[in-house]
Order: sequence, then C-alpha cells, then structure tokens
Amino acid sequence: MIIAERKPVNEIVSMIRDAERILVLGCRGCVSVCSAGGRREVDILASLLRLGRMKEGGKKLKTIEATLVRQCDREYIEEMDQWDGEYDAVVSMACGVGVNFIANLRPNVRVYPAVNTTFYGASAEQGVWSEQCAGCGNCILHFTGGLCPVVRCAKSLMNGPCGGSQDGHCEINKDVSCIWQEIHDKLENLGRNEELDAIAPIRDWRAAGHGGPRKVVREDLTV
Amino acid sequence: MNFVPDIQVLCCHYTSQQILAESKEDLRGDGLPENVTINRVACGGKIRETAILSALESGADGVCVVACDPDTCHNVLGSKRAAKRVAAVRKSLAEMDVEADRVGMFQVERGFHPEFVRAAVEMNEKIMGFGPSPFKNGGKK
Repeated sequence: MIIAERKPVNEIVSMIRDAERILVLGCRGCVSVCSAGGRREVDILASLLRLGRMKEGGKKLKTIEATLVRQCDREYIEEMDQWDGEYDAVVSMACGVGVNFIANLRPNVRVYPAVNTTFYGASAEQGVWSEQCAGCGNCILHFTGGLCPVVRCAKSLMNGPCGGSQDGHCEINKDVSCIWQEIHDKLENLGRNEELDAIAPIRDWRAAGHGGPRKVVREDLTV
Repeated sequence: MNFVPDIQVLCCHYTSQQILAESKEDLRGDGLPENVTINRVACGGKIRETAILSALESGADGVCVVACDPDTCHNVLGSKRAAKRVAAVRKSLAEMDVEADRVGMFQVERGFHPEFVRAAVEMNEKIMGFGPSPFKNGGKK
C-alpha cells in the first residue's frame, strides 16, 4: 500500500490561513490502513486545525469532515459535489495521488495536502511500515528471490552487495538489513544460488519515471 | 491577574471508582482543587485524541488523563493505549508551539489513594504556571 504521514500541524494551519470553511477529506484506501488519513485521522486533524485557528485569532474555522471510498477514482471524487459551495478549500488526507486527482478534476477548488506521501510499503508490525517497492516500472524480483534491491539496497545495486555491509547489516544504516545478504540467503535456502551468477545488464531507468510522468493504457479496458 | 485554570480530568472508570464514591465536599477536603472537573469514561483505552482536543476546544486550560497503572490495568491495554494517545496529542501541541504539558498523563493504582488527587493538584499547579490556554482570545494571555 501507499504509506503516508501527517504533516506537522502548523504547516497545514499555514496553508489554510485565509480560508474560513474547509473540507477535511480523508480516503478509505491505503491511508486509512496506515492510519494517516482515514476517518479517525480526519476528525483529529479537523479539531487540530480549529484549535490552530483559535490560537491565531480571527474568524472561527468551520470544518466539514468526510472520507471518500478512494480519492483516485472519478466516481468517488464526484461525491464531493454534495459539499459544493460549503467550503473555501479542501484539505486532503489522501496520498499525493488523491490531491492531484482532485486538482485535475476540480479546477476551481483549492486543494492542500495534509500528509507527506512516503513510499510503497508493508506493515512490518503494528504501527511499523517498511518500504518494499519503488514502483520502478521494470520488476526484476524473479531474479532476486522476490526481494527488491532497487528499493531495499541503499545503493540500488543490481549485481550483489557493495562490500560495505557487515554482519548482514547495511553500512548506511545498521538498523537496515543488507538486502543482498538476504537475497543470497534466500536463494541458497531454495537451492538456487547459482542464479546469482548471472550478470544483470545495465538498467534502462526510463520506466522508473526518469522519462517523465508515466501512463498505463489498457486497450482492452478503455471505452 | 487572578487566573483560575479550567482543568478537565479524563479518567478511567476503574481508576476513579472509589474516589468518585466520595462526595464533592469530601474530595475537596482531600485536596482536589475546585476548578478541576472529573469526566469518567469506561476505560482509559476509550479516551481518544478527539476527546482531549475537544476539551481544549471547549476552553480547558489543561487536560489531565488518569488511568490505571500500566501493569495492572483492568482492561490490560487500556492505560497503555491512553498513554499513546496522550503522547500523540502532546506531539501535535508542540507542532503548534503550544506547551505539550498542557496535556498530562498519569498512571496510578486503582482504588482510593492520594495519588489521584495529587495528579490533579500537579496539573493545576503546572497550568497556573503556564497561564491561560493559547487557544482562548486568539492566543493573547
């Protein structure tokens, strides 16, 4: 899922300084699961923003609190119509995709991000999420035992460890496992470590977004 | 200025069960300040961040959360959950340049004992030192 974290409250208070009525809009997708922008976080943020305005003085801030099923699909964005004319700005608690999508589809709406979108990750344990995928557009997990060196190696090395790791830990951060150690151990465990002898070719990073914004078109699905 | 803070105590039913069996007069006699209001909930784990923030929005100068000793919590994890939520609210207050100590967490043994009253007294004294809530009067003290 996409992992996000709420921005510092004062940063959001500053964004909405000239708004009197805001729609605090959560998303019931990824950010609900990682407890960054679901219903509960919407209620907390709305209260914090009202307090922020009370601290600054001036007109009282009116808030509408709501969530959409997702903020990355047109049919759910259309649900925003029910609040038309009732707010001056939207504070979206969705990931950056949701903020962009509202900005795309509602040209006359001011939309601000309440969270920092951080990475594609998994729940390592309750309250802890770790990055697992870079969304690089050219998956090579079939060569590496399902473990990704693109995002889980600090140097994104493609042909084995850098030589700086010690006792299975990355030289960049001792709290991080050397993913190449893990790849080696995994393939050895599977009896397939000869696969590591293959040399990975120089990578074409255009698929990773280095060639500009990416798009997927599925002719079988378009209408 | 004669500042009398509005202190709202949010407390666990089990932590406060016996102390709340006392009359208001008896509680005052035990030293509970008159400006302290006790709000009892079913469990410390029921105290959400929004309850604490709502108290501040309603004009509290300080909020004091009182729950069981974490190792003997009646509902096992309720007190620990309350402490986590208090910590989250304190972090948010700090982000707004507001004294985090305006929200306090106290974990005390269940049953009647002076620590409950001491928590309220400590909170009251702390808030007296801070002065009125910055959320009142546009932050002007």
